[in-house]
Amino acid sequence: MPILLAPEPVTRTTCAHCGDECADDALISHGQSFCCAGCRTVYELLAENNLCSYYNVSEPQPGQKIPAVELPGRFDYLDSETVQTQLLAFRSDTRARLTLQIPQMHCASCIWLLERLYQLNPGVQASQVNFLRKEIAISYNPSQTTLKEVVKLLAALGYEPQITLAELGPAQAAPDRTIYYRLGLAAFCFGNVMLLAFPDYFSFTEELATNFGQFFGYLSLLLALPVLAYSARGFYESAWQGLRHRYINLDFPISLGLSALFLTSVHDIVSHSGPGYLDSFTGLVFFMLIGKWAQQHTYDALRFDRDFTSYFPVAVTVLTPEGERTTSVKELRVGQRIRVRHQEVVPADAVLMQGAGQIDYSFVSGESEPVAKVAGELVYAGGRQVGESVELEVVREVSQGYLTQLWNNPVFQKAEKQTLETYANTVGRYFVALTLVLAAGAMLYWYPRDQQMALRAFTSVLVIACPCALSLATPFALGAALRVFGRRNFYLKNSAVAETLARANTIVFDKTGTLTEVSRSQVEYYGTPLTTQQQALVAAVAGHSTHPLSQRLAQTLGHPARLLTEFREVPGQGVCGVMNNVRVKLGSAAFVGANPASTASAEVCPGASRVYVALNEQPMGCYVLLNAYRPELPKVLQELTPSYNLVVLSGDNDAEQGRLRQLFGPKAELRFFQSPQSKLEYVAELQRQGRRVVMLGDGLNDAGALRQADVGIALTDKITHFSPACDAILDARSFGQLGTFLQFSRSCMHIVLATFGLSFLYNGIGLTLAVQGRFTPIVSAILMPISSLSVILFATLLVKLAARRWKL
Amino acid sequence: MTIIFLLIGISLTVAIAFLSAFLWAVRSGQYDDTYTPSVRVLFEEETTEPTPPR
Repeated sequence: MPILLAPEPVTRTTCAHCGDECADDALISHGQSFCCAGCRTVYELLAENNLCSYYNVSEPQPGQKIPAVELPGRFDYLDSETVQTQLLAFRSDTRARLTLQIPQMHCASCIWLLERLYQLNPGVQASQVNFLRKEIAISYNPSQTTLKEVVKLLAALGYEPQITLAELGPAQAAPDRTIYYRLGLAAFCFGNVMLLAFPDYFSFTEELATNFGQFFGYLSLLLALPVLAYSARGFYESAWQGLRHRYINLDFPISLGLSALFLTSVHDIVSHSGPGYLDSFTGLVFFMLIGKWAQQHTYDALRFDRDFTSYFPVAVTVLTPEGERTTSVKELRVGQRIRVRHQEVVPADAVLMQGAGQIDYSFVSGESEPVAKVAGELVYAGGRQVGESVELEVVREVSQGYLTQLWNNPVFQKAEKQTLETYANTVGRYFVALTLVLAAGAMLYWYPRDQQMALRAFTSVLVIACPCALSLATPFALGAALRVFGRRNFYLKNSAVAETLARANTIVFDKTGTLTEVSRSQVEYYGTPLTTQQQALVAAVAGHSTHPLSQRLAQTLGHPARLLTEFREVPGQGVCGVMNNVRVKLGSAAFVGANPASTASAEVCPGASRVYVALNEQPMGCYVLLNAYRPELPKVLQELTPSYNLVVLSGDNDAEQGRLRQLFGPKAELRFFQSPQSKLEYVAELQRQGRRVVMLGDGLNDAGALRQADVGIALTDKITHFSPACDAILDARSFGQLGTFLQFSRSCMHIVLATFGLSFLYNGIGLTLAVQGRFTPIVSAILMPISSLSVILFATLLVKLAARRWKL
Repeated sequence: MTIIFLLIGISLTVAIAFLSAFLWAVRSGQYDDTYTPSVRVLFEEETTEPTPPR
């Protein structure tokens, strides 16, 4: 009988540092209890330096868990000169400055502590946090401390910076402030032009108009010039780019309208025939820039363009006849010998020369179990060595490796997906046609009657047709939607993604890591039942091993690691140790001495991983670790099945077909044995059939398919840790709400369409006046701001209402 | 009524001063991070006594 093991619920104290539950034998220090030695060390370090306010700033237990095993020489590469020159932004004898990425920071306490590094290391001169970007800018004195010391301090506090190849690229560009400059300038000119336009509208006295009308007109013109030349430039550039690709986007009618507005005003002012529309012109640019700003102001902190370089290390230990030397991964050449230690990533395809390789490819393939490699075998880049350190000989440079090749697929070469066929752009195109027809019609009508009027009607139509309200509807409605998603840990790259999401009709799931949870598995035990005490023994031994299977077993059994003697780990085989005079052996059947065929589990789940147990050389049974599907999966599928075509792509064998079919129902398509390349091709094939594909995946091996899909959603457990190139990032905790997200995005599209309707109403009013030649500057000055502002309000409020309806 | 020329000149000068103050603020990076300073300002001054956590 399989016995399902669940950790017993016991009331426990929480760790003063990280807030995790402490085991029964919690470590006590300073009158506080701690779950592990790592947490205690941090607390003691902070207490020594009088920094315990850290624990009072915001959350009760803000600390990060520190991995217990400190790897020697892990940061040695930071002493290397090449690495330092690449990382440091500024360097002199007394001052060095650099910016580091710290994804772990999450609360005010983190900011508090990270900005007080100088109290912990006097060599640090200053540190400043940018919380939204999860960055810290550190200045230190190189004569007092080193880069390695600083990074080590951060790591010791639980804020290990992320230093990867990607950070080393060309110097990070300064934040783009153009929008602020443009907005500020437009606001200034708008305000002043409006002031100058008032006397004309109210015409208090004829005298005022005759004396100052000229002066005010030319002054307004002067103020409107910088708006045209600088603030409005973005619209013209975008329209021009669209035209060059033989494509008319929404910015085209906007540019047309703005030009008409400006030229009419210049004509009016120069010919002394009126005050012109310059206040409407500057106002329009100002309101539309607010829309652009709202669009841009979304998720600065998350990067959606990461590639494999974010995963690869910066430096690697090269073995030379003179000894070990740290070198930058980019300088790695074929034939060089490298040393890869425990938990380090193999940076290039290489042949194993010495040592027992245990390569964990969980990141590349989703497969959670390390693969054993012996000398002479080829090891692909991207795997993580677990266990002893190994020597490898590089056979392909980093840029030629298997993984890199996958990322070099043409899909990734496209800098940006083709201009998306958004509603706004489609509408914009018809808008242009309609406007031109109406303008020409108005001119033809008026020309025989009144030539002056004909010109006036023609330009008025062009002016009023400027779809500014249309251009504001999308950024504000979808911008509000993006913020709603963000609150639920679903981050979209931009608002166009929200629109594509709403129109999707096919959802493709990657299996491993997306449908299943790699870190959680269902553990079943087969064999002679173990007593609670014996289980504790197994847990104790498993807890000492770094092997993922042992870790999961220890996690499931839920007993703390205790002291044991004669602990030994045989890579690729198993672990053994002695506790309470019982010799515990865990591992493969051969290692333990069990006969795999004799245990009852042999016929159950042939594909599953198993761990055999022997106590005092007596085989007891085995633990079977099954892939566990996410608990929310049935609910999500139930919501999605009626309205979407579902597809599962799996790189694994079809052992799970039965279970998946049961979950997904008869209509879903299930495909197994899919290589990363074939996943990509399959998604492309679906798109050729005219389907709009949303792909959910997790890692590198489906990165191509993620990119190919109309919307690629990366599902990650740690949002900030690594997010591959994708259109959206979904926190695994929010997976259960996927159905609601999709429905909400559909509601948002309806809202956008409703807002379009509202803006057409304004345009209709304006056009009626325009074709009659009654569109005067004062009408324009009233109608334009009202339409812009009401569209903004309408869009934002409706999205809020919809969010409440879907309980988001 | 010629005073209006002067007044408009003054009002524009003041407005330009504000505009340049804004541009300077953007340039000096005050708009780069709009969140962290709002947290930082709430931190207590250093206490000399070690404060035990709750």
